Amino acid sequence: MDAIILQILNGLDKGSAYALIALGLTLIFGTLGVVNFAHGALFMIGAFCAVTLQRLFNLSYETIDPTKTDFLGNPAKVKTPYVESWFGPETGAAIIDWSVPLAILFAIPIMLLIGYVMERGLIKHFYKRPHADQILVTFGLAIVLQEIIKYFYGANPIQTPAPEALSGIVEVLPGIFYPAWRVVYFCFSLVVIGGVFAFLQFTTFGMVVRAGMADRETVGLLGIDIDKRFTLMFGLAASVAGLAGVMYGPINAPNYHMGMDFLVLSFVVVVVGGMGSLPGAVLAGFLLGVLESLASLEAVISAIPGINQIIIYLVAIVILLTRPRGLMGRKGVME
Amino acid sequence: MGILEVKDVGKRFGGLQALGDVNLSVKENTCHAIIGPNGAGKSTLLNCLVGKLIPDTGSVMFDGQSVLGRSPHEINQMGISRVFQTPEIFGDLTVMENMMIPLFAKRDGSYRLHAIKSVMNERQLREEAEQMLEEVNMLDKRHMHSASMSRGDKRRLEMAMCLIQRPKLLLLDEPTAGMARADTNNTIDLLKEIKEKRDITIAIIEHDMHVVFSLADRITVLAQGTPLVEDAPENIKGHPKVQEAYLGEAH
Amino acid sequence: MFGLDKKDSTLLILVAVLTLLAPFILNPFPSDSGLAQFNAGYPDLMQRFVIFGIFAIGFNILFGLTGYLSFGHAAFLGVGSYSAVWMFKLLSMNILPAIILSVIISGLFALVIGFVSLRRSGIYFSILTLAFAQMSFALAYSVLTPITNGETGLQIALDDPRIFGGAVAADGSIPVTNLFGLEMRSAFDMAVGPWSFTFSAGYYVCAIVMLIAFYLAIRIFRSPFGMMLRAIKSNQTRMNYTGLNPKPYTLAAFVISGMYAGLAGGLMASMDPLAGAERMQWTASGEVVLMTILGGAGTLIGPVLGAGAIKYMENIFSKINDNVLHGWFAFLPDGMEDAVVWILHPFVGKGWHLTLGIIFMLVVIFLPGGLVEGGQRIARAFKGKKAKETSEKATTEPAE
Repeated sequence: MDAIILQILNGLDKGSAYALIALGLTLIFGTLGVVNFAHGALFMIGAFCAVTLQRLFNLSYETIDPTKTDFLGNPAKVKTPYVESWFGPETGAAIIDWSVPLAILFAIPIMLLIGYVMERGLIKHFYKRPHADQILVTFGLAIVLQEIIKYFYGANPIQTPAPEALSGIVEVLPGIFYPAWRVVYFCFSLVVIGGVFAFLQFTTFGMVVRAGMADRETVGLLGIDIDKRFTLMFGLAASVAGLAGVMYGPINAPNYHMGMDFLVLSFVVVVVGGMGSLPGAVLAGFLLGVLESLASLEAVISAIPGINQIIIYLVAIVILLTRPRGLMGRKGVME
Repeated sequence: MGILEVKDVGKRFGGLQALGDVNLSVKENTCHAIIGPNGAGKSTLLNCLVGKLIPDTGSVMFDGQSVLGRSPHEINQMGISRVFQTPEIFGDLTVMENMMIPLFAKRDGSYRLHAIKSVMNERQLREEAEQMLEEVNMLDKRHMHSASMSRGDKRRLEMAMCLIQRPKLLLLDEPTAGMARADTNNTIDLLKEIKEKRDITIAIIEHDMHVVFSLADRITVLAQGTPLVEDAPENIKGHPKVQEAYLGEAH
Repeated sequence: MFGLDKKDSTLLILVAVLTLLAPFILNPFPSDSGLAQFNAGYPDLMQRFVIFGIFAIGFNILFGLTGYLSFGHAAFLGVGSYSAVWMFKLLSMNILPAIILSVIISGLFALVIGFVSLRRSGIYFSILTLAFAQMSFALAYSVLTPITNGETGLQIALDDPRIFGGAVAADGSIPVTNLFGLEMRSAFDMAVGPWSFTFSAGYYVCAIVMLIAFYLAIRIFRSPFGMMLRAIKSNQTRMNYTGLNPKPYTLAAFVISGMYAGLAGGLMASMDPLAGAERMQWTASGEVVLMTILGGAGTLIGPVLGAGAIKYMENIFSKINDNVLHGWFAFLPDGMEDAVVWILHPFVGKGWHLTLGIIFMLVVIFLPGGLVEGGQRIARAFKGKKAKETSEKATTEPAE
């Protein structure tokens, strides 16, 4: 029983990442009608925002401490991060320790900017071109982005630890212990998802966007400049993917191809949830995450070997063949 | 007994009764027009005839066989060809290639085709296609990329593609919609010629009364999903019910 | 010639001449000169040119003609490789049965996957094929280990049965792949002054197979079947209302292109008898998409050009390092030299994927017809005079 609960928790955690990426993919597809293969790269860039901030915080200057000597007998050089000298050793150390959560603030403007540039500079020109062209150009962009990151950060995974206070284990249910950061990640994703939905539900901006998702032409006829809003939507979707990436660092050390690994699964999630359906994307994200984890249970694997590797694809194939619009897709949208 | 028999056909979309108890009989080798105001259910009826929609009730018999539940390509094989409101042609292909496709479809059916034989060697089919293009005055355009032609030419090409299959029934969905007057008159002439030269039944949906009254042998007026009147053209013109339906729309 | 019209015959002859003379053409620089690193005339690379050429030709039959973008074609290549290696393990080291089995098995595999995937079109089709390929990849790594040997990859061993031809070579080592005794790895070196050229048996076998595959592709393009596939890409509605069911045609195209991929996989295993799951990964599927688009989807020669271009870049660009760059720009003043090297550095060596990604994006954005369209545009710019020359050439050439 405990094993099942643990796997469900694992699934929810994995599902959080799927749901966040799929949410962004759906926002872009639903509003702009563009299939964005570079979305995984945005997730990866988010993770590297955390890496960058951590490195910035660790920028240090060297001083010679005459009281100590190194092993050769020379006076020891001591590295002091600038933040520690500016804010005092204790606050400085805390800032460095909390660099991953702080990277959220750092990542939002960066992701918005990247999203804006991407949409205005590239995607805009592909609205009227076939889906195949959109897939191809964003696929090319994904390669470029990931190679740029590889150039600056190397090919190896880079550890981005969680703050010490959150890196332990907590008792989530009586007798069930779970890494604290994963709990944080799950809660964080719920907050972001809630934020996006609230934004779409309660602001006029969101209302126009939702109307645009349902019927672009009519909204255009009302004299509303839908394109400008959609550009912002792209930035928002990029930020959601970026935030998912920022917080994912402590769970799995970021490397340059993490985005591609998530992209394929996120696409499957979007399809299962229903192209263009935001609640569908979130639901399918969590559902598939949990399914995948449950399929990794010892008992399940021994009954059907290898099922944990293919369960998501299997579900996607069955859904596509029996209910092509997905779990919650609207009728007629890309059926 | 007509070649096309529509009996008690009804179709609902959610709360909207698009068609209710439509009865229609199209006699062989006549031209039967279906007219009616916008939203009268003309397109829905047409889609029920070609297999794109399946009616909720009633039956559609063509040449003694039911068309219900068959897919568009099977219905085409029974001898029904359709011309669309906006011409549906193979835009990436040349005019000549456009003409070859229906010929292959007719000769080889839907499944058998030579993957290795060259199209160049299909002399007989090419001649047949050229002859048909000649008939619609398009032979000089046979090497043109069909997407780059004018709308009127696309329409003629589409008709030629339908006619080359020698269908028993030709369905026309507002064939002159959006056409200039001259093009419309050309289309009328073409259709008249087709009617005279060939053993073919034509069912036409049209807004343009000029077209309808130049071609139709019989007219059905559809309003709110049900046939209002069916009669010869000369009786339709002054019919009070028809005027009511059209004037009702205008107000 | 062979039932092709003049233009296509010329193309086929041109490709045949280029392929058969490749050991010369690809080694234009003396082997001890500084430019020797741009030579691509060594057997391993030349084999990859033609094998990926076959893969891309096949992919183009599906994508170029019908417009269905498959993101899972590498699965067929992988299946082909596994089948071939099993043939080497069980039957004999002769590559002929191995390749035949590769084509058959991958064809069957494509039939099953295509039957399901083709029930959807557009992006759904792409994702279905992607899902199937990733599934095959995951299975090859895990459950199917008895067949695929998991992460290690399937290899031939001394204790394989090999019913015909014996399990062990005369000298006690593992026997090598051959075609009725002609060993695939045998090669003949020719030195002409400072140049050296290598003629490998393996390359010529691959080249001849590719020429046959290319010829068949031309025939398919020019056949009623090929025309039907283009019609499907152009307008499925009209297709239906012309009494045609597009599905059997697209499925046939899918299976044919799957068989091409299997052929490529079988040849790959014949040149180097091992097969690994990474050949089935979706990045490998992406690669053949890149090749086809880069060369020019829907054109005859495009995929071959694209495959050659990408494999050439992969091997040559990735070898350029900072020292080489410094060597090239040594004539510049020091500061400028460093600056140029610094700018170029990210695009070469390990960074060649960046160059690939940028080129690919530029092609999709500005040159949707790929290298072939680029060539046509250049040709059009020079037209007047050139058109005459080519027409004269065309009239004299068929005599060859």
